[in-house]
Amino acid sequence: MIRLRKWGPPTLVFLAVLAAWEAWVRVAGIQGFLLPPPSEVITTLRQEWDVVWAAGFFTLREALGGLIGGTVLGVLAAFAASRWVVIREGVMPFYVAMGAAPIVALAPITNQWFGITNPVSKMTVVAVMVFFPVMINMTRGLGDVGADKLELLRSMAAPEGATLRKVRMPNALPYLFSALKVAVVLSLIGAIVAEYFGGSRDALGVYISQQAGLTRMAEAWSGIVVATVLGAAMQLLIVLAERLLIPWHPSLRG
Amino acid sequence: MTTTMVGLHGVGKTFKGRNADTTALTAIDLVIEEGEFVSLLGPSGCGKSTLLRIIGDLTPPTSGEVTVNGKPPEQARRDRDYGMVFQQATLLDWRKVLKNIALPLEVMNIPPAERERRAREMLDLVELGEFGEHYPWQLSGGMQQRVAIARALALQPSLLLMDEPFGALDEMTRERMQMELMRIWQRTHTTVVFVTHSIPEAVFLSTRVVVMSPRPGTVAGIVDIDLPQPREFETREHPRFFEKLNEVRETLRGAGVD
Amino acid sequence: MAMTAAPVSEVIGSGRPRLRPILGFLIILLSLVGLWEGYKLLSDATGGTIPFTETSLPVRADDRSMPHVTQIIGSLFEPNRRGAEQSLGAFLLAASWVTFKEALVGFAAGGVIGFGLGLLFVRSSLAERGLMPWVVASQTVPLLAIAPMVVLWAGKANMPLWVAVAAIAAFLSFFPVTINTVRGLRSPSPTATELFRSYASTPGQEFVKLRVPAALPYLFTGLKVAAGASVVGTIVGELPSGLPDGLGRQLLTFAYYYLSGPEKLYAAVLFSALLGIVFVSLIALAERLVIPRSRRRPA
Repeated sequence: MIRLRKWGPPTLVFLAVLAAWEAWVRVAGIQGFLLPPPSEVITTLRQEWDVVWAAGFFTLREALGGLIGGTVLGVLAAFAASRWVVIREGVMPFYVAMGAAPIVALAPITNQWFGITNPVSKMTVVAVMVFFPVMINMTRGLGDVGADKLELLRSMAAPEGATLRKVRMPNALPYLFSALKVAVVLSLIGAIVAEYFGGSRDALGVYISQQAGLTRMAEAWSGIVVATVLGAAMQLLIVLAERLLIPWHPSLRG
Repeated sequence: MTTTMVGLHGVGKTFKGRNADTTALTAIDLVIEEGEFVSLLGPSGCGKSTLLRIIGDLTPPTSGEVTVNGKPPEQARRDRDYGMVFQQATLLDWRKVLKNIALPLEVMNIPPAERERRAREMLDLVELGEFGEHYPWQLSGGMQQRVAIARALALQPSLLLMDEPFGALDEMTRERMQMELMRIWQRTHTTVVFVTHSIPEAVFLSTRVVVMSPRPGTVAGIVDIDLPQPREFETREHPRFFEKLNEVRETLRGAGVD
Repeated sequence: MAMTAAPVSEVIGSGRPRLRPILGFLIILLSLVGLWEGYKLLSDATGGTIPFTETSLPVRADDRSMPHVTQIIGSLFEPNRRGAEQSLGAFLLAASWVTFKEALVGFAAGGVIGFGLGLLFVRSSLAERGLMPWVVASQTVPLLAIAPMVVLWAGKANMPLWVAVAAIAAFLSFFPVTINTVRGLRSPSPTATELFRSYASTPGQEFVKLRVPAALPYLFTGLKVAAGASVVGTIVGELPSGLPDGLGRQLLTFAYYYLSGPEKLYAAVLFSALLGIVFVSLIALAERLVIPRSRRRPA
């Protein structure tokens, strides 16, 4: 019942949008090269399945590589930042700046560094995108522990390491997850857009921009569908991992 | 023959402020013997919590001498001579009840099997046997505070420091918790230093009540509570109980506290 | 209490010890420059391999792959093209101005739509339940990825291409504004709303005197994110549009002619970053004028 209330309205809206889209394209006689009807996108997706999925996985690999690299570096930097105040405060202007700066613009540079078709060039861009939100959230999580908990550990004469492992790190997990939920979406879009600056012919971003350039819109849209499905799947994985790892968090208490 | 558990000699504490310094405590002399249950009672701002935190080495005194279990308080803290209970239960959200109780044992690197055994024992002591696998948020406020007490006792400390542990509970739960604490104290013979601003609570629980007055915080008087042990529900209806209540009130008034 | 260390949350964003953040910023900035130049020195010393191994370094460090920091800065004062009057710096500044204007239009449109949607959601739970999941889902659809299609539509509809670019920017900026508007309008505590109810105030009064002031700090948080997003959207939108004057075009051009002047690409990337930072700083400045310090939310 609760599930129906939660998922009912958005599902209806989704179906309505698809139906309206289909009807509008047919009735208004909009040419397929402008906006293909959903049915045509699905047909095209089935025809082009092998090519589009392969491209999707190529780009997914870039996104995952960057996501993992950026997360690991971000977490390590957070440990350093929670240890040294100078880093913690000095990094804030960079965080604000990087939040404002278009990081995808780095793509042409990494293309020169690693080669335009090398997945590492996109991974690097994605890693930079992911790094800051992960680092900042993780630093907050390691720090926002509450004076009462720190005092408790002090009353037990707990060494710094034990406080880190038993209080600061578990406390930071929910912060890390909320960063990851953003980062996962960011990583896939980041990889695709980085490919608009040029990339391997096997990559999804290159496929989409090329098909759009040739006004083969059904093909381009089937690329978008694949990107959306992959993005949703990555997010679902993070949400599941969250349920598994922090079942105690207020947002997940059943 | 009794031994001194806590010795305070000329203890003072001044907080440095931006404009002026605040004297929180001045010239505190107090000796607490082993096995006593001593309450520090007084209005807000009398420094009773600060005094407790000095004993626990969570705050250094600015003057005077402190001994805990015959050692400087820092050494006593490092030797885990005391367990501490705060006003908030301060349980770790991500640990189930049993694991919360085992926390200090983990910090001391006690092997897992022994840890488990002692945590269970403490859980039974506070009569929460079947809640070991619950998360803290699944328990009521009173139950959470009992877990905090079990955690403090897990190391079998010779001293228990309690900072208004029942301050956040409703009156009914409060009285039940007081009975519970008495039962535990009878069984463990731990020395207790208990901070409260409730006169009936101090009288019901304590063997001695240290009455404190504010600005600057100092000891206004000490009232011996010679009510029969063990304390029971009926103790609160005992005529001597009311006499002692009045005696504490008089001491507070004599110190200029209304 | 006074003796225990302040939690990080108090340190971050409070900026109380004025000097330390600046010091930290300089230390990190200098170490980044140091790392860059140090990497180049290392590569020179080992002949491009990781020390004591035969494995080559992950990135070549010659002046073509990684120009000196001084070269990049210096290029700004040199002519944009051989024989051209205009310096590269002036040229990139002009390109940034073009991109900024497009981003500003997108930001304004996105801000208005975002705020309107936020209002609607707070007003009508039906609208929120039906639309909010799709507003959220719209962000998981690779919005930026449909930039090529949006540009194509604008072309077919005989609209100026910069409108398409601004539309992409608007599409990216509305979401943070919506989310933060909803959050902000809902931020007053139940006791505060009950107080207004106890005065028998009209819903309009409650809205103007309680909810809007409470929402302002949140709104600015959203606007700052939106400003950054609008610059990203504009630059990415410019890539397939073929618009000749904006930063996006220059990024592509300098990447294409990389070999004849690598430092120019670096300079263009630097200007892209600066454009985003300047835009967000402008919003932050407006925030300072509108909201007193104590009520600002940390970045």
